[in-house]
Amino acid sequence: MPQAENPKPLRLDRVSIRLHDRELVGIDAAIAPGDVLTVMGESGSGKSTLLAFVAGFLEPVFTASGRVLLGEDEITSLPPHERRTGLLFQDAMLFPHMSVGENLLFALPRGDARSARVAAANSVLADAGLGGFFDRDPATLSGGQKARVALARTLLSKPRALLLDEPFSKLDASRRQTIRRHVFDTAKAVGLPVLLVTHDRADAEAAGGPVFDLDDQ
Amino acid sequence: MLRAAPAIAIVVLTGPILFGLLATLLPAFGWFPALGGTSLSLEPWNMLLAQPGILRSALLSYATGLLTAFIALALVAGFLAGWLHSRAFGAFTHLLSPLLAVPHAAAAFGLAFLLVPSGWLMRLVSPELTGFTRPPDWLIIHDPLGLTMMAGLIAKELPFLFLVSLAALPQTRAQEFTRVASGLGYGRMAAFLHGVWPQLYPQIRLAVFAVIAYSSSVIDVALILGPTNPAPLAARLVTWMNDPDLTMRFQASAGAVMQSLVTGAALLTWVAGEKLVTAGARNIRNSGRRFAEDGLPRGGFAFAVALAAIAVFAGLGLLGLWSFSGYWGFPDALPRALSLQIWEGQLTGLGRPLGITFVVGLAATLAAIILALACLEREARTHRSGGSRALLLLYLPLIVPQASFVFGLQLFFLFAGIGTSFWALALVHLVFVLPYVFLSMSDAWRAWDKRYAQSGQSLGRGLNAIFWHVRLPMLLRPVLAAGALGFAVSVSQYLPTLLIGAGRWPTITTEAVALASGGDRRLIGVYASLQMALPFAGFAAALAVPALVFMRRAGMRASI
Repeated sequence: MPQAENPKPLRLDRVSIRLHDRELVGIDAAIAPGDVLTVMGESGSGKSTLLAFVAGFLEPVFTASGRVLLGEDEITSLPPHERRTGLLFQDAMLFPHMSVGENLLFALPRGDARSARVAAANSVLADAGLGGFFDRDPATLSGGQKARVALARTLLSKPRALLLDEPFSKLDASRRQTIRRHVFDTAKAVGLPVLLVTHDRADAEAAGGPVFDLDDQ
Repeated sequence: MLRAAPAIAIVVLTGPILFGLLATLLPAFGWFPALGGTSLSLEPWNMLLAQPGILRSALLSYATGLLTAFIALALVAGFLAGWLHSRAFGAFTHLLSPLLAVPHAAAAFGLAFLLVPSGWLMRLVSPELTGFTRPPDWLIIHDPLGLTMMAGLIAKELPFLFLVSLAALPQTRAQEFTRVASGLGYGRMAAFLHGVWPQLYPQIRLAVFAVIAYSSSVIDVALILGPTNPAPLAARLVTWMNDPDLTMRFQASAGAVMQSLVTGAALLTWVAGEKLVTAGARNIRNSGRRFAEDGLPRGGFAFAVALAAIAVFAGLGLLGLWSFSGYWGFPDALPRALSLQIWEGQLTGLGRPLGITFVVGLAATLAAIILALACLEREARTHRSGGSRALLLLYLPLIVPQASFVFGLQLFFLFAGIGTSFWALALVHLVFVLPYVFLSMSDAWRAWDKRYAQSGQSLGRGLNAIFWHVRLPMLLRPVLAAGALGFAVSVSQYLPTLLIGAGRWPTITTEAVALASGGDRRLIGVYASLQMALPFAGFAAALAVPALVFMRRAGMRASI
């Protein structure tokens, strides 16, 4: 598992997100590399809005103040594709018109020759226990396999933080444990700060880090 | 390009209409220096009103617009009420959908081949039942009240309103509302008409207006099926617009203004009628009648809709058969022999109109797809859509009658020195293609799960990479389907091609309609068959290309 180059903490500096004068989220926190901050809340509590703000997708109906920093680099006003905040949803969002391998190549930064790129993709597939899946159609994968490919795809893009939007809620109970472990262990091994939003208390317990409850605000 | 796209689209949608209307209005009041009219006068109107039967022509157009829209809409409402969520519904959808692509002229020719006294229906029962060995002298098509023309228009507008309604249905939660009403004891049809239709109608209202406008100003169908003495207003306009005597242009312009007034009057009547129907429906609703027994009307609506669809299909089949027939005398139900003779005879003459039809259609469709994609992509990036005003703009070319501004546009092009170039023709086709392409594509484009874009951006790829590598390929199917519809619309254009092309750019459609008065069925069969084959080829390509490209991607299969 490749280490993140020069891991840095993710800081939410007095972040406040409002919808028509009503504050949905107010948070001030720092997440060290390898740590997980869990933000809990019922649906409609604004927890996904917080992730959208950090990743750069806040819709214009919302207004936000505060800063998002990776180490000392402020990313609040960067366009989404320059933030390098790996985003995972409850659906794997594998592009259905690409093979598994093409999905990975799409995420890999430019630079190397094609053969080196394919080798890199094959190597992360092997790490995820999916060796030989390069040419597979994503639609033929199980839910757990899709989740693994989605994580591998995100890691290939060399993110500086992981943003998880209820990523385990659509997996069946037996598989949820394993995938959850896999994601958290990987983030720790790579040295990425993780911001997890969920409504499932078990996710927070498995993450082990601090919990920020939006419903208590 | 992206930033300018909405402005360009607005110019395409409104510019030609505005210039066309203006260049109609001025000569209608005598002013057009190029033709020697240098002062305003009412002379064109005096000439127009002196035409025999002119008021009857206007009234015919007015009534055709209203009745066609009313009957087609009533059939759609009744059919949806009776059969939505039934097992047979899917089959009906498959039956009606392809009819949208059939050009009006081809459908009208097919119906004529079916219905005329020497047509196939009469041959089927002659001489055994009727005793006729020669066709009777009955006026079935070209009847003075225009009933056959209306029937033809209804059969063609029915699929349009049906598909527009289907597209709007998901926003009405039809299943829940009909179930609630059924639970209160209402019959199936009453449950839908009380519970769902009032939500559905406002969403398809502009499409209904388009049907009124189209039917009240139709030309090609009127020439093929409509009354002749007098003909509906728009059909008479064309004769004057093409008159070698250039001073007739003034009278034609006054007639074009009259066409706007007739269509406007029909639309106003409709809007007033909406209020009456709403009030009546409220009374019925508040009376609490349950209409639990609706088997008979359900059957009736299914029969009427199936009859309309089957008649059009049978007509299209006849067109093809005639084009391959050798000697086929009355009252034989089938030709004595099949032959390629008529096709072989036309091969050399067909090439040019076929090529022009294809190239104009391709140019207008490509331009429409690029414009629509640019507008939709800009909307996605800025989170700003044009809302209901943009929708009205899109419908503008469908609601302003062609006969009321295309003629003025021709005068404007002449005046501006643009003349009858290929690009002028393609531009005018674009005016009519763009609304269909945009409307057909926008639902799928907007419904696309934007988390795919967010995933892609978070992986470090910019908006352009997302557009080309993710969004466009994932939406290839609806984009190509919209293109096929746009191509079909271009192929079917008659008046714009005739006037803007001024005879220099003949297409399959202008050639086919020109054959109407001659009555050579084999020749008509050839041109009308091609007219329907071109759109079907477009739709076949739109289905085949994504199926081939994504053959090994289960997640990209058609969802139907």
